[in-house]
Amino acid sequence: MNRLAAAFRVARREKRAAFVAYVTAGDPTLARTVEIAHALQRAGVDVLELGVPFSDPIADGPTNQRAAERALASGATLNGVLAAVKILREDCELPIVLFTYANPVLRYDISRFAEDAAAAGVDGVLFTDVPAEEMGPFEGPLDENSLDLVMLVTPTSTRRRMKAAGRLGGGFLYLVSRAGVTGARPDLSADLADNIRAARRASSLPVAVGFGISTPEQVAKVAALADGVVVGSAIVSHIGALGDCDELADEVEKFASELVQACRR
Amino acid sequence: MKTLPDDRGYFGDYGGRFVPETLMAPLAELERAYRKASRDRAFQTRLDDLLRSYVGRPTPLYLARRLSAGLGGARIWLKREDLCHTGAHKINNALGQGLLACEMGKGRVIAETGAGQHGVAVATAAALLGLECRVYMGTEDMRRQELNVVRMGLMGAEVVPVEAGSRTLKDAINEALRDWVTNVSGTHYILGSVLGPHPYPMMVRDFQTVIGREALLQFRKAARTLPDMVVACVGGGSNAAGIFTAFVPHENVGLVGVEAGGRGLAPGEHAARFSGTGASGILHGTRTLVLQDDDGQILDTHSVSAGLDYPAVGPEHVQWQESGRVTYTNVDDEEAIAAFHVLAESEGIVPALESAHALAYAMKVAPAMPLATNVLVNLSGRGDKDLGEVGRVEREAP
Repeated sequence: MNRLAAAFRVARREKRAAFVAYVTAGDPTLARTVEIAHALQRAGVDVLELGVPFSDPIADGPTNQRAAERALASGATLNGVLAAVKILREDCELPIVLFTYANPVLRYDISRFAEDAAAAGVDGVLFTDVPAEEMGPFEGPLDENSLDLVMLVTPTSTRRRMKAAGRLGGGFLYLVSRAGVTGARPDLSADLADNIRAARRASSLPVAVGFGISTPEQVAKVAALADGVVVGSAIVSHIGALGDCDELADEVEKFASELVQACRR
Repeated sequence: MKTLPDDRGYFGDYGGRFVPETLMAPLAELERAYRKASRDRAFQTRLDDLLRSYVGRPTPLYLARRLSAGLGGARIWLKREDLCHTGAHKINNALGQGLLACEMGKGRVIAETGAGQHGVAVATAAALLGLECRVYMGTEDMRRQELNVVRMGLMGAEVVPVEAGSRTLKDAINEALRDWVTNVSGTHYILGSVLGPHPYPMMVRDFQTVIGREALLQFRKAARTLPDMVVACVGGGSNAAGIFTAFVPHENVGLVGVEAGGRGLAPGEHAARFSGTGASGILHGTRTLVLQDDDGQILDTHSVSAGLDYPAVGPEHVQWQESGRVTYTNVDDEEAIAAFHVLAESEGIVPALESAHALAYAMKVAPAMPLATNVLVNLSGRGDKDLGEVGRVEREAP
């Protein structure tokens, strides 16, 4: 069994939701990203989502946009992100999903990307701007290299689209909590429970909910309903505020620990 | 001939629908509404009436005699889209999509704008149709197209400054897409060029093909023949697609798209995607030719003309280029500004800096063409908006 499936299985056995942490790779530097990944593992995070910085992130709110700008300014590239994963894998078994826009992967070459990502120790890939209809060229190379394709579904997805995502996808199904870009929101969507039920009906994969979840209270609410909770912008915003300093990893560990605790039902 | 795009929105290898999942539902809804409207006689009649009584169509075809005589070669004809209400061809599409928003029951429209011509057109359509309107515009473009910012405000549109990236058209589209993802249900995004996810490249082209249909008939009537060459500037490529489409089947008519050569072909200094520096990529929902670095990051662009200052190009243009039907070339800032002055002085017409790129190319090739030949230039917009910026550039020139 691969690392992603195992992580969700362990969480289920422990009667809690899996905690998925998102950070932008290369923010503030790729060396710090490796430290942060270790810190997140110590905090008890189950899955790490690494954002590949892109110049035009249309699915992201201001927090992640600024993180991508910082990462690009520090010189982070897809090449560099894969090299960082390789270093991380020397002593870290945390499941890793790359969260990326299509263009850097296309430019890298899809087949070469899939081979290099698998060799580096990536477990899954999530494309923010490739819907099921356009997944054709990406699907084969990922599959041949045993990489899970993590599919996004949203409150606007029809039942047919959710099923297609369930068929194509691996690892877990990522349910976007509400229509919108990434970023903290004061409240959760009123339809969340219904949307989680719809995603469950469409697929046998574990369902993790993300976008807009930032506080331990929100995490606890979602953890009661879903198999996994994704927190991104809240952690990214913390990293942005601290900047490139030696205390960064410890601070992120403290911050993430509180969120992880909230996953226990 | 097979009509493109195919049912997945592809023009050959280019096009498609690369967007966040949230937008798949509204894009499907838009495509259904558009296909229904294009078969609906009442919709078409309403649009045609507005194009005639409100926009002022058909726009004239004008033979630029003094300009042509001064060049001493081919005769240069202008398709006067600058005489459209609001001063550019953008209104053709903005009204079509505005009506479509009403059909879909959406009370709010959003748009991006570079030169401000599309923003003004959308603000106009929104005022006419009673829609709430928000326009995203890069702060660099707000500075150099200040007149259009004032015009949008006058018509009740909210202009939202975009500070990200190069603070130009690309960044405005990013923000408009983010708004749409967040407000999908009650909002229609009126994209202004033949860009973006399917069905936009097809739909915007279709709303603009009125330019070429008129021009072809007018030209036949006036000159008893077809032009030897049709020239249009290409930012995203909507005025070019609008005039080219009718001429594409007439293979004796040469078609030339003119991109912004900016300050030269070094990275970041131009927007000439076809100059050999663009590579196949995905930007703003479509697979197309994109100015990008080796890591797939999108490059900044430069052009004196805000409307051409964009790193990607409409997917159908890439297909036209690969098939050899259309030739693409570029003209730099200085040549465009020179053409801007020549037209003003020889014909009393002040062109938009975008259109001045097409004109500059025509002026370059016309002298070497035989006297009996004809070059048709799509004069896509008027230049009032550019007076301040041209003055500034010329004051700062070394």
